Amino acid sequence: MHLGRVIGTVVATERTPDLDGVKFLIVQPLTRDLKDRGRPVIAADGVAMAGPGELIYFVGSREAAQAMPEPFVPVDHAVVGIVDQLTVDPLPRKRKAKK
Amino acid sequence: MKIARVAGTVVSTFNAPIFDHQRLLLCDYLTPGGEATGDYVIAVDVVDAGAGETVLILDEGTGARQIMGEEVAPIRAVIVGIIDEIDA
Repeated sequence: MHLGRVIGTVVATERTPDLDGVKFLIVQPLTRDLKDRGRPVIAADGVAMAGPGELIYFVGSREAAQAMPEPFVPVDHAVVGIVDQLTVDPLPRKRKAKK
Repeated sequence: MKIARVAGTVVSTFNAPIFDHQRLLLCDYLTPGGEATGDYVIAVDVVDAGAGETVLILDEGTGARQIMGEEVAPIRAVIVGIIDEIDA
């Protein structure tokens, strides 16, 4: 899973029936230091709570569909959690000598 | 599987049920030599890994669900071991 920021929503009325009721979010993937990383993706909202501006974590590939109530749906990214608190150590420049 | 170092924690209240009462750790992937690759992953900790420890990450859905004992769950990355030593 990776960190992401919800930057918008997508509405699609005509959709495959499997996707009825699924909310789509535009998610900007982030690095560990919360900088933008690559292009935004459209992710299904697996927690049904995420909204624009929120820091979230998302899962990609086949596992994304399993965040949905019906697990066999055509979804390739899904928001699976809203981040309340994030603590990250700074990335060390060089690793210390081996003990 | 991949080598990583535990760099931080992620806390969430609203999440997929599989993550309830689980520790989510942010881990930096490492080269075998111990340098950070720049890539990272958020993984479920099932081995009680601590901050700064070098760990073994499984990033594959079926194996992850097997570890968690769930047939259907949106989970892929799990910390499956704490590395004592790498001889590279």
